Amino acid sequence: MSVDAGRRTLVGVGVGRGLVVGPVAKAYPSPVIPAQGGGDPAQLGPAFDQVASSLESRARAATGALAAVLGATAQMAADPALRAEAEQRVAAGETPAEAVDRAIARFVDMFTAAGGPLAERVTDLRSVRDRVVAVLLDLDEPGVPPLTEPSVVVAADLAPADTAELDVRQVLAIVTERGGPTGHTAIIAGQLGIPCIVRTTGIMDLEPGTEVAVDAVAGTVTLDPGPEIREQSRARRAAAAALESDTAPGATADGHAVKLMANIGTGKDADRASAVPTEGVGLFRTEVLYLGRATAPSQAEQVTEYSRVLQAFAGGKVVVRTLDAGADKPLPFVTQAGEENPALGVRGYRLVRSHPELLDTQLQALARAQTETGTTPWVMAPMVTTPAEARDFASRARAAGIAIVGVMIEVPAAALRAREILAEVDFVSLGTNDLAQYTMASDRLRGELADLLDPWQPAVLDLVDSTARAGLRARKPVGVCGESASDPVLALVLVGLGVTSLSMSVGAIPAVRYALRHHTSAECATMAAAALAAQSAGEGRAAVLALVHPEVRETLGV
Amino acid sequence: MTERTVAIASAQGLHARPASVFAQAAGAAGIPVTIAKQGGSPVNAASVLMVMTLSAGHGEEVVLTADGPQADDVLDSLVGLLATDLDADV
Repeated sequence: MSVDAGRRTLVGVGVGRGLVVGPVAKAYPSPVIPAQGGGDPAQLGPAFDQVASSLESRARAATGALAAVLGATAQMAADPALRAEAEQRVAAGETPAEAVDRAIARFVDMFTAAGGPLAERVTDLRSVRDRVVAVLLDLDEPGVPPLTEPSVVVAADLAPADTAELDVRQVLAIVTERGGPTGHTAIIAGQLGIPCIVRTTGIMDLEPGTEVAVDAVAGTVTLDPGPEIREQSRARRAAAAALESDTAPGATADGHAVKLMANIGTGKDADRASAVPTEGVGLFRTEVLYLGRATAPSQAEQVTEYSRVLQAFAGGKVVVRTLDAGADKPLPFVTQAGEENPALGVRGYRLVRSHPELLDTQLQALARAQTETGTTPWVMAPMVTTPAEARDFASRARAAGIAIVGVMIEVPAAALRAREILAEVDFVSLGTNDLAQYTMASDRLRGELADLLDPWQPAVLDLVDSTARAGLRARKPVGVCGESASDPVLALVLVGLGVTSLSMSVGAIPAVRYALRHHTSAECATMAAAALAAQSAGEGRAAVLALVHPEVRETLGV
Repeated sequence: MTERTVAIASAQGLHARPASVFAQAAGAAGIPVTIAKQGGSPVNAASVLMVMTLSAGHGEEVVLTADGPQADDVLDSLVGLLATDLDADV
């Protein structure tokens, strides 16, 4: 932790891994409408037009996610329903500035009440309001001032249109009072590789020019930071560069190999993932190919997609998961309507009960891709519950010509019977997200149950432990392909429990590789024992963190 | 009054990019088009804000309506858009 005792620190939610020091540059606040209102009714339409066309031209000049969100904001400024409502309000006697403000406030209320992805768009709506009202009141356009030196940009909330104005070479970090970790500001900061802290109470009280240290890992802004934080910032930058430079295969300090692999969903992902140092694919989610379709993809189409992935990792290890539909991933041609508890219903491998042809077609397509590319996929079924299901899947897969067959361990029943399941298949892979959901009886989609779904929960780790031990006894690989593999500290515990491969999003691999490289297998085993002995998820994490080498904690900012 | 019913094909539902593409197409149609959820009140299909407030999810059915001689052609092309996964390839 980089908390500097005795100095004033503001706390928010950090996004990214950076630690930077620099002066504050404040974005101009949104215009305040005078009590008597304001604006010329004849200018209402032109004001909307001016803002929409200015945003459109900025969208055309931008690229990637930024261009998309700018275009979306421009579309809001040009929205016919919004404009009609503002015009009606003016006709009813409101001044144009008030009319725009209230018309947008109504959409803000609707979007906020709807929650989810709609609530994340409220920032864009407010940006439209501020820009149109500023035009009507003849004020300077709200947003970020021109930056003359590398600065920490501070704002109540930053609209995508504001970030478009940023000279990114001069932006050290972005800190906002509002916004969320999955909102546009955080996403774009991530895309630009800029450390970002959102929901930072009190940040707008800072004077422009104030020196601050922004730690995205800790989620802190420290005022007037001392030399020790500046030194940490330099060390963090050097460490991040060093992390990326280690491209050797994953292993502990004493040379115990642990495969570090990528989770992918499409052939395109495979092309991207094969460009960075990994030891193959630990989870290829084939359902992405099936989503948003009225019928299943043909065998020929599947062969093309699977061959593309196998070719991207020619001769390497690619673990393919067969169709995992149902629950939160419904498909129109398989999902049964009216399931009361879809997470406990006909999903994953259980679809073989109603649609065996889907699985058989997929297995045949994978076998053909294996023949065509000369690379042997490891093929596993999701949501297997009993050894009998594992046996049935293995015989179907082998009959289709699949050489290496496995199953996922996501259901507590399968984890408890891992030994019997491993007798039927060549490998298993733990899906820790679903394993936590089923072990803790907590819906993965319910944010308020996040504490119960914590992969550090000792009950979840007990099941990982028994599965890993069954693997060691059977001398068969046990991988982890859930979120928990991407936490560099939890990864040490998983390896200590006997897990042989870790699969995660490509971006998470350098930190996990670094953590493993700095601890021996014996140290990982000690951490595993500490995590299992804990009374709670929080206690387990704290106990393990205390065993992590201090320089690793410092480098990773954990 | 011409009417079409179609299930939303986009994996994330009628949000973000799919809503934007759809509202743009409806706005370019040249005639007023409305969209409603089954049993819900119709809204202006050219308004991305109103379309988003429908919160129509993946697989959910929506009803499009329009009037006049062009209505069939316009609705056919809009139905085609909604029956495509507009989240794909981004």
